Amino acid sequence: MFAALHAPGNLPLLVECAEHYSPLIEELPPDTVAFDIRGLRLIFGSPREIAGEIHRRVGIPANVAIASNPDAALHAARGIAGITVVDPHREAATLAPLPLYLLGGSPEFAHTMDLWGIRTFGELAALPPLGVAARLGEEGIRFLRLARGEQTRLLRVRGEQLRFNEELELENPVDLLEPLLLLLAGMLERICARLRSHALATNEVRVSLNLERAPEHSAALRLPVPMLDPKVFLKLLQLELNGWPPQAGVEKIRLELVPVETRTMQHGLFLPSSPEPERLEITLARIRHLVGANNVGSPALLDTNRPDSFRMGELNGSRESIAATPRIVLRRFRPPCAVQIRCTGDGQPVRIFSPKGERRITTSAGPWFTSGDWWTGGSWNREEWDIEVLEEGIFRIHQDRDSKRWFIEGTYD
Amino acid sequence: MVAATVQCASDLKRSFESLPFPWGEIPRGALTEIAGPSSSGRTAFLCSMLAAASAKQEFCALIDVQDAFDPTSASHAGVALSQLLWVRCGGNLEHALKAADWLTHGGGFGLVALDLGDTPLKIAHRIPLAAWFRLRQAVENTKTALVSLAQRVQAPSCSMLKIELSRDRTIWRGVGPGRFLQGFAVTAAHVKNHRRHEVAITIDG
Repeated sequence: MFAALHAPGNLPLLVECAEHYSPLIEELPPDTVAFDIRGLRLIFGSPREIAGEIHRRVGIPANVAIASNPDAALHAARGIAGITVVDPHREAATLAPLPLYLLGGSPEFAHTMDLWGIRTFGELAALPPLGVAARLGEEGIRFLRLARGEQTRLLRVRGEQLRFNEELELENPVDLLEPLLLLLAGMLERICARLRSHALATNEVRVSLNLERAPEHSAALRLPVPMLDPKVFLKLLQLELNGWPPQAGVEKIRLELVPVETRTMQHGLFLPSSPEPERLEITLARIRHLVGANNVGSPALLDTNRPDSFRMGELNGSRESIAATPRIVLRRFRPPCAVQIRCTGDGQPVRIFSPKGERRITTSAGPWFTSGDWWTGGSWNREEWDIEVLEEGIFRIHQDRDSKRWFIEGTYD
Repeated sequence: MVAATVQCASDLKRSFESLPFPWGEIPRGALTEIAGPSSSGRTAFLCSMLAAASAKQEFCALIDVQDAFDPTSASHAGVALSQLLWVRCGGNLEHALKAADWLTHGGGFGLVALDLGDTPLKIAHRIPLAAWFRLRQAVENTKTALVSLAQRVQAPSCSMLKIELSRDRTIWRGVGPGRFLQGFAVTAAHVKNHRRHEVAITIDG
């Protein structure tokens, strides 16, 4: 048996009332709850007495309905004022006068019902199932069963928000990293075991350390894929804390793992192998620690004509295939090398003066003018040339047209 | 039918052992060296290898010692940037060698490239031979092709294939203000198993 409570704008009160009777509660915002009342007959008596008890407990004007399935109870509570007990096998008769809009459904379904002249549950319930299936498909059959009060299902029980965290207060502050990691290892093992028992993984590890006479030290690891290996997390935390160690003794540790669904992946038989995510993440963390976080990643081009515009992103593993066309590529000088250029009267570069000395330009091609972002603060306005320098190579040079300074941008190779 | 199956199996075995790219193929599980002066087409060679590996949906890593890689022109040359891990070392050779060591030992990459193209010869020569052997050993019996790019061959006793490039001439198209760079005519000398083969190729601009 299931009970439903409906009172406009009082959902928290309804939930509080339902919690007195059952742990299995389904919330249907904005104003209805349904809950399981099996077993209450021994305490309160008949369904009508149970409904009366619930109505007294809620303490505000509310509709109470009891039925053999959750949907029949919900529709009765929403459509019939006061206390309603829907007797088994009489659901269709009880629900028949209810207006059809209580069923919900897509606008197309409502429009079709309107065209057919169907206004109530009873009129829909009277339609032949085969005809409804032929015209409205699976959705039509579902609404037909709802209108007849025959739809049986389990309650969608509201879940407690699971938190996977642990706190540890230390009697004596810990100054060294090794004992701190030892404590973290134990905490990680325990939290990962709890995650595993819920068939979950994590993609974010947060650590907060309360320090002795110093501000709190926080660190967060954001993982590209859900993982559940405490050893990997410990190694990543070690690298993180090695790079940015706490500035004083640690008095309290708070560790939280954000739960996410586990990773499921179907490997193709003929797909080439890729780096194992856990190992790759440790390798990347080491390299980031070595060369800086902004210097490792997968380059992604930006949607702009500004030269050398890209951002470093994660190696996300999206496999794409581009038609390869072998061609000369540019090797950039970062930052561009400042030089002096001597030009002819018609603006052709003929000599280059660089830190290496003076060189003759044998061939030049250009100029190509580019500019942009003049509508923002960071505009550029330049004149580009391709030049061949005797016994040196082929370079791309440009002149900043605002400052009139010349730079070597890179070499073609 | 049998012949086709045998041919198919042979192709599969070959693709496991080497990585074909437009101008040849490089061995997997071994070190390949690309050497040449500036503007000799060595980076075009490297990018065509990266493009070939990424076209096979393999992941690639580029350890860029001097931060010279240009994603825009590499993308035009066919490199799938989403499958490329780019490590910018800002001129620090020691960091580059460490990163290469970790990436080769981590496994799973189709191609790991170490770009020493703009590193002065004096500094590049300081890399001990043991470091090259360690890198080679890390990729041995794996499907990873290890490629180094430098101005000169750095570890002749360690690399299975050496590709030495030199620019014969630059091809310009047009005259006057309308002229543009069309490509390079280069000579590529492949040295494998002490046999040297020279081929003349043109790289388009």
